[in-house]
Formats: sequence, C-alpha cells, structure tokens
Amino acid sequence: MRPPALPAAAAEPATLRPRLPTNPPLLARIVTAFIRNEVRKVGVERVVVGLSGGVDSALSATLAAAALGPTNVLAIKMPYRTSSTESLLHADEVVARTAIQAIEVEITPQVDAYFARFSDADNMRRGNKMARERMTILYDHSARWKALVLGTSNKTELLLGYGTLYGDMASALNPIGDLYKTQVWALSEYVGVPEEVVHKQPSADLWMGQTDEAELGFGYAEVDALLYCMVDLRYSRAELHAAGFAESFVGRVADMVRNSQFKRRLPVIAKVSNRTIDRDFRYARDWGR
Amino acid sequence: MARGECTVAVAQVSPRLGDLDTNLTIYETQARAARGLGADVLVFPELSLTGYFLKDMVSTVALRLDAPEIKRLAALTRKGGRAGPTALIAGIVEETDDYHFYNSAVYFENGAIVHVHRKAYLPTYGLFDEGRYFARGDRIRSFDSRVGRSAILICEDMWHPSTVYLAALDHAVTVFCPSTSPLRGITDDQPQDNNARYWELLNTMYAQTFSLFIVYANRVGFEDGVGFWGGSEIVDPNGVRLAKAKYYDEDVIAAQIALKTARRQRVVSPLLRDENLDLTINELLRIRGRDLEASTRTALVLPPRGAGRLPQAATAARRTGKPARRGRRAARSR
Repeated sequence: MRPPALPAAAAEPATLRPRLPTNPPLLARIVTAFIRNEVRKVGVERVVVGLSGGVDSALSATLAAAALGPTNVLAIKMPYRTSSTESLLHADEVVARTAIQAIEVEITPQVDAYFARFSDADNMRRGNKMARERMTILYDHSARWKALVLGTSNKTELLLGYGTLYGDMASALNPIGDLYKTQVWALSEYVGVPEEVVHKQPSADLWMGQTDEAELGFGYAEVDALLYCMVDLRYSRAELHAAGFAESFVGRVADMVRNSQFKRRLPVIAKVSNRTIDRDFRYARDWGR
Repeated sequence: MARGECTVAVAQVSPRLGDLDTNLTIYETQARAARGLGADVLVFPELSLTGYFLKDMVSTVALRLDAPEIKRLAALTRKGGRAGPTALIAGIVEETDDYHFYNSAVYFENGAIVHVHRKAYLPTYGLFDEGRYFARGDRIRSFDSRVGRSAILICEDMWHPSTVYLAALDHAVTVFCPSTSPLRGITDDQPQDNNARYWELLNTMYAQTFSLFIVYANRVGFEDGVGFWGGSEIVDPNGVRLAKAKYYDEDVIAAQIALKTARRQRVVSPLLRDENLDLTINELLRIRGRDLEASTRTALVLPPRGAGRLPQAATAARRTGKPARRGRRAARSR
C-alpha cells in the first residue's frame, strides 16, 4: 500500500523560501533617524534629491521631509525631452504631498549638444550620460544650497548593478540602499507616497517605453525573493534550487551581482606606500563626527 | 537608602566618533543629571567616551588609566563635593604600559578606580572588526561595588554564556553590561529589530538563570550608517524589567536595585548553590585534553586515535593501490 502523500511536501517551498520582511513602521523610524543623524552631524540641515516621478526618489524625498522638515528638502526635477509627462506629474504630486521645495532643470540642451558630436551613441550611452548630467546638477545645487545629496538607489538595483556609476548611484547618503524594491513599495505605502507612484510599472525613464522589468527580464518580486535568500540568508546554490529558484535564473542573477561589484567600490588604487587609502589607511567616513 | 539597596542609572547616549572632548562633556552632563536623579551608580555604554568604529583612530583616542581625562571622570565620583553619582562605569580605549589597546570598562567609585574589565570576546566577523584593533582581555572577575558583588561584561562577552556563569560563580549579584549593539535584521510583527529582540531574551534569561541583576547599557546614534538600537534595561533576578529605555533614541533610565530580590529568588531556586564546580572543571579538563590532543595530532599530521593511517602509509597505499594499515599499531610505529 502506498503511503498517503505528505501534505508538508506541498508546503515545503514556502518554508524554504522565507518571506522578505517589511515592517514599515520600524523601517520608517530607523531610516528617518538615519537621515537626521547623518545629515546634522556634518553641520548641515538640508538635502537635495533628484525627483524623477518614480517610487524610489519619491520615498527618499518623503523620508527626508519627515526627518528634516519639508523646507529643508530641495527636490530637483531634471527631465529630458523624451521623459514621460506622467513622470513629471507624479513628481509634482510628491512635491505637493510633502510640501518640499522643488525646482526644474531640464537637461535636454546639454545632453543634445553633446550627442550632436557623437550621434552614433546607443541608448545605454545616452542613458548613462543623462544620469551623470543629473548628478552634476544635484552636486552643484548641494554646494549652492549647503545641502547633502540624498541617494535614491535601492538594494535590488545596487546588487544587480542596475544603475549608472557616478550617475544615479552617486550620493552623500542613501536612506534606501539596504531596502529591496519590495520593501521600498511597502514603506512607500506606509509613509504616504501617492498611490499611483507606488503602483506604476518601475522605469528608469531614460528612453520611451523603457521598463525595468522588461529590461532586466524578470520581476522585482521574484528577484527580491531570490536576492534575499542568496545575499541576506546566504543560501547555497543547492538550497536556492530546493527553494524553487530555477538554476538559470540563479546563475544569471549571481553573475549580475558579481559583475557589478566594481560599481559598489571605490576605484582600485595601485599600492606603493605603507599606508594606502582604504586598505591600511582606515577611518570611518564619520571620522570625528 | 537601606543597606543592600541602591539606585542604578543608565545613560543611553550618542557619542561623537573619535571626539574625546565632546564625549567627556556628555559624560559630565549626564553625571550631574544622574546625581540630580538620586542615582548611586551611572553606567555608560561600551566605548562611549570614544565612539565605536574607530579603526585607525584606536591608538589616538586611547587613554592610560593615569590620563587627565580619566582623573576628570574619577573626580565626578569623588566623596565630598562630587558632581556626579557615587560610582560610574565608563567605556574607554585603555592603553597599557606595554602599548596594548583594550576595549575596557572602568568602574569608578568615590573618586577611585575600583575595577577595570577588558573585553574578552572581540567580535571579528560580519560588520565587526575588533580583533584587528584591540588586544583581548583574559579575565572575568567580580568585585565589590556600591551595588554589592558585581561584574562587568562588555557586549559580545555576554554572548558567551561562560562569562556570565563565571561572574555568577565569582559571587556577582549584579552584572553590568556596557554595550554598543548595532540594529540589524528586520522582522515583521515586532517593534524592534531582531538583534534587540535577541538581547532582551538573553538579558532576561541570564537574570533568571543566575538569579542576578542585569544592567544593560546600550548606545544610540549612527556611525557610517550603522545605527545602534538603545533599549537599555535593568532586569531583576526574576526576569522582570525594572526599567527600559527607548529604542533608537537617547534616554536615561534608573531603577532601584534591592539585593533582597536576589536573595528571595535564590531561596526559591537555589541553582547556584547546587552548581557542581568540580563536575564542570573535570569535564572542561577532559574536553580541553581531548581538543589539545586533537590539535597536536593535526599539527604533527598524526591520524586520529585508533582509526587513522600514517601519512607514509597513505602515500604507499596510493602508490600501490593497496589499503593502508590501520589502527594504533600503525600510529605507534611512527
């Protein structure tokens, strides 16, 4: 006689694949305290943040408004001529909802002037150039306004390398860099980011019709579940497979993480002295603060 | 206050990294406030005079025990005209005569240093790098304090149950634990991070298991994005929280410690009385002997007793394809 099927077998993948925790009240508390502390300890009261109309920058700006007060947050909208009108409208909604300060600096003239000389540039080069133009504007305004540049990269894109080095990845402090996209969504809902911003299809909006998930080839919920097991819980390949992640998917994501490690580090320095920066010259960034 | 009773306070502060002057001022302000609260003993968190992620700053913020800064702290507790409480515990980088640097906690009472604990377990994994920068303390000792027999254990020390066990067997009735515990691990359905939850479990478990008071002093603030969760607490021998500080924010807590609570608990559960020291020591000696033997065998590339094979025999076996000789005789023949 065959033994009856074990009901636990069906439930097994769920237990092997723990749910990514979100705890929005706790995250909100920690991250606002982080912004307040890390900004004020350098003798500054304000931050500037690039506001794209997407959920990541909306969340960073909303958290900063809660941490420092809305008058101490300057949002800069930096559209290119192909940016969607919806994005700008969403950015305006965030500004209205949070009462933060906002200005618009369009980047079309300088980007187009540059690519007039290099018209063969593909979407990736153009997208990177735009991200870096925006970075220079944010840093210029941070000096003008005695403010720090607030980061808007989440943990998912930082791990996948889905961002532009020295572009959108550049900032003085990043409140959401340890939050997966799934957690960004949960926290955004909790802190009152407009619903249409939270629920829209994520896009870098670097060219028309671009969406993150189409470009990456997988969904955020799926990759967050994998990254959480792979990075945070240190599952082995065999354990990931047992948890129901396809080997090809695991392999591709693992490659993306490894191949983008350079984006998460300072440039490599050729060591010649006894004390080389960041190798044996080691100080916290908050040195004396 | 009656004999066997005193008020213990914890200053849950946010020090500036590598800034001794500012942190000394924080200590003095807190000491004056604690005196105002009627505190007899004031406990500061681990390395709160210097900040935590010191890295290459360790040697520049280190203090010898005869340093002027240490005298300033001692003066806060000096009898007659003191500005602070009777006693305080400071978290410092201690420099010794032979230029070693320890993560130390100093207990001052009535203007003098009564006890120094050097952190024995230096976490060097994950986000921690203490073994790189500090020398390791080599003793757990109880001492007589304003609160009765006490011991100090610093943060990670407490994650090794043997430290609290030793303190209890050395007759401590109060364990002070200055800590710099980082917040980490978000889980759903609890108001604090997972590290905080684990510490709370640990503190109540130790307090009840060893029938003693735990005075846990954690810090708050951020260093390079790493936050410290606060939540300092004073737990009595029944596992009851007499005082609890806020999570993630600066705070001061105080509670009255009455040693009779420990007495009552030890009457009800005389676990420490029944502790069999000889059993523990004998078993530890046996385990150490076995481990020493094993490590010696590894160092000499000797086979495990009774089941191994000689390296030469193994080599020969590979060469000839025949099984190697096994057992003690082979080992002895070496």
